[in-house]
Amino acid sequence: MATLKEMSRKEEILTGGHRLCAGCGASIVARQVLSATQNPVVVALATGCLEVSTTIYPHTAWRSSYIHNAFENVAATLSGVETAFRALKKRGKLEGDFDFIAFGGDGGTYDIGLQSLSGAMERGHDLLYVCYDNGAYMNTGIQRSSATPSGADTTTSPAGRVIPGKRENRKELTDIIAAHNIPYVAQAAPSNWKDMTRKAQKALESDGSTFLNTLAVCPRGWRTAEEKGIEITKLAVDTCFWPLFEVENGKWKLNYKPKEKLPLVEWLKVQGRFKHLFQKGNEEMLEKMQEYVDQRWQKILRLCGEE
Amino acid sequence: MKRVALTGNEAVSLAMKQINPDVVAAYPITPQTEIVQMFSQYVADGQVDTEFITVESEHSAMSASIGASASGARAMTATSANGLALMWEVMYIAASSRLPIIMPVVNRALSAPINIHCDHSDAMGARDSGWIQLFSENSQEAYDNVIQAIRIAESANVLLPVMVNLDGFIISHAVENIDVLDDEKVQDFIGSYTADYSLLDKDNPITFGPLALQDYYFEAKRQQVEAMKYAHKAIPEVAREYEKLTGRGYGYFTPYRMEDAEVVIIGLGSTMGTAQVAVDELRKEGNKVGLLKLRVFRPFPKEELARMLAGIPVVGVMDRADTFSGNGGPLFADLNTVLYGGEERPELYNFIYGLGGRDINVSNLMEIYRYLLNARDGQTLNRVNYFGVRE
Ligand SMILES: Cc1ncc(C[n+]2csc(CCOP(=O)(O)OP(=O)(O)O)c2C)c(N)n1
Repeated sequence: MATLKEMSRKEEILTGGHRLCAGCGASIVARQVLSATQNPVVVALATGCLEVSTTIYPHTAWRSSYIHNAFENVAATLSGVETAFRALKKRGKLEGDFDFIAFGGDGGTYDIGLQSLSGAMERGHDLLYVCYDNGAYMNTGIQRSSATPSGADTTTSPAGRVIPGKRENRKELTDIIAAHNIPYVAQAAPSNWKDMTRKAQKALESDGSTFLNTLAVCPRGWRTAEEKGIEITKLAVDTCFWPLFEVENGKWKLNYKPKEKLPLVEWLKVQGRFKHLFQKGNEEMLEKMQEYVDQRWQKILRLCGEE
Repeated sequence: MKRVALTGNEAVSLAMKQINPDVVAAYPITPQTEIVQMFSQYVADGQVDTEFITVESEHSAMSASIGASASGARAMTATSANGLALMWEVMYIAASSRLPIIMPVVNRALSAPINIHCDHSDAMGARDSGWIQLFSENSQEAYDNVIQAIRIAESANVLLPVMVNLDGFIISHAVENIDVLDDEKVQDFIGSYTADYSLLDKDNPITFGPLALQDYYFEAKRQQVEAMKYAHKAIPEVAREYEKLTGRGYGYFTPYRMEDAEVVIIGLGSTMGTAQVAVDELRKEGNKVGLLKLRVFRPFPKEELARMLAGIPVVGVMDRADTFSGNGGPLFADLNTVLYGGEERPELYNFIYGLGGRDINVSNLMEIYRYLLNARDGQTLNRVNYFGVRE
C-alpha cells in the first residue's frame, strides 16, 4: 500500500487543465482511484461530465490510453479491450500487464448502462468499474436518475406546488453488483481518501471483475459551495447516507462507523436541492427520508455482522 | 481447395474459423444463431484460439468489438434484424472511429409484426452508418465475401468496418456445394494485422472517442467520405488477388446477358440467382433481357453503374425493403440519383418484393420482366410497384 507521499509523487494520469467545474467530485474520485494504479492504464468512460470535459478535441487530459464509446456501454467496451489484451497476449503479440478502469456517472451506471455493466461483471472480465455517483444526470442539466435521493429537486423531479421533489427511494446499486458474486465490490467516498485508494488498489489486485461505487459531489446539481465538497461528502458518510463498506468474495465488511451517527438533515440542509423540504408541510418527507437511511444502515450493519 | 456441401451459416462460420480472429463478440438471433453456436464449438474444441465474448446483447456485441478493435485486435461479430437494429447507435461509432470490424449479417425482416424470414430492411436501416456493405447471392459468395472483407477493411486508408450480407434461411439454411480454401491459404491471404493505433501500446497512449464540436466534427465525417473512396478502389484490388487464389472473380456487380439487353433487372442477394433462370427462359423466347447483380451497396459504385446502365431503355429495380418515403425502395432511390441528368438515361421502375420472406420464384421474375418489356413497348407501368402482396 503506497503512502500519501508516494501517491502525491506519482505522475497524474488525469492532468489539470480539463474543463470540469470547480469543485467537481468526479475528478477527485478519478484521481484518487488512479493514484492506486501500478500498471499502464486503459481508462474507459461513459458519456457524461467526466468524459465531455476531459477530451475536447484536439486536446486530451488523459496521459493513459483512453476510450469513450457511448453512454450505456462503457462496461461492454472495456470488456472488449480487456479481452483483446488477453487474446493478443496469448498470441505473443503483447507483453506486460495493464489496469483496465471504467468510469461512469450514476446515469450511465445505475440506469442506461446497467445491462452492459451486469453483463461484464457476470462474464468476469478483469477490470475495475468505478461509478461516480453525483445523484443525477448532471451533464444534461441535473435530471433525476435512479440514484437520486428521494426528496431531491432536479429538473425532471422538480419541487412543485403539489410534488415535493423526487418521490422514489434510490436504487442500491452496490448491493445489486454484490449479488453478481464477483471478487470485490465496495462503496467509498473521496472524503475518506485512504479508504478509497486502499479499495481501488484491492480491486485492481483482484483477478476478475470489481466494482467501486463512489459518492461524487456536484456543486451545480447539489447547489453547494464549490470549496465545501469534501466536508459535505463527509456529512453524507457520517449521517450514514453513504456507508463505507466492502464485499470481498461474498463477505461483507463495514469500513467506517461514525462515532456519532448524525441526523440526515445535517447533510440535507447544506444543499440547495433539498431546500424546499425545510418549508412547512414537508416534515413528513424528512421523516421518511431519515427512516429510509436508518433502515438501510441497519441492513448494512446486519450484513457486515456489526449488530 | 476442396468442394464441400455447406449451408450459408456453415460457410460463414468456416470462414470465421479460418480467419481465426483475435476476438469475437456475438449474441444469438434467428437466422444467424447457428453461426454463434458453430463458432462457440470451434472455440470449445480448440480449433480456433479466438477469445469469444458471450455478450448479453447485440449493443454490447458491437460495443465490445469496438473496444477490441481499438486495442489492435482483429474483431468480428454477426447478427440479424433486431440485433442489427439494436446496434444502430454503435455502428456509427465503429465506422467513425475507423475500426475494421467484420460483421456477417444474415438478413431478416425488422419487426413489427415480428418475423424471422428474409428481407433487407435490417441492412438498409444501416446503409448510412458508414459501413461498407457487401451482398451475397449464395453460400459461396458469402464465404468469399467474408474472407475478402478482412482485407478490404484493413486496407491502408480504408480502415472501415464491413458488413457481409446473406439472405436469411434462403442462403443461411440451404445446403450448397461450395469450394473452400485450405486454412493456410486463408491465413496467407488475409495476412497478419497490426493496427496503426492501439489502446494497448503502452509507450504511445491514445485517446479514442473524444468530443469534437463545431470546429472538428465535420472534418472527421469528411474523412469518412475519403475512406469510402479508398474502399471503392480497394474492393476490386482485393477481388483480383482473391481471383488469383481461387479462380472466382468479384466486382462491384455481375452483369448477366447484358450485351444487347433492352430490359434489365438489378437487385441484391439470392433473388438474383432466381432471376438468372428467368433471363434464360425469356431469352429462349427471343426477349432481350439481362440482369445486373449488385454486390457492393456501400460505397455505391455510381460511375460504374451509370456506365453499365446507360442506353438501356428499361431497368427494373428490385428492393427487398421499403423506405416508406412513398417514393420507392433504397436501391431505387440511389439508382435514380446516380442516373439523374445522365445521357441515355434508362426508364427506372421499382419492384418492392419479398418482405418478411414472401417467396419469389422464377415465374414471378418472368412476370416482372414481362411488365418491364411491356413498358418498353409503351404500356404504362407504375414507377413503384409492390409485387406479390395483397392490395
Ligand atoms: C443513448 C443516450 N441517451 C441520452 C444521452 C444524453 N446524455 C448524455 S450524458 C447524460 C447524462 C449523464 O449522466 P450521468 O451518467 O449521471 O453522468 P454525469 O453527467 O452526472 O457525469 C445524458 C442523459 C446520450 N448521450 N446517449
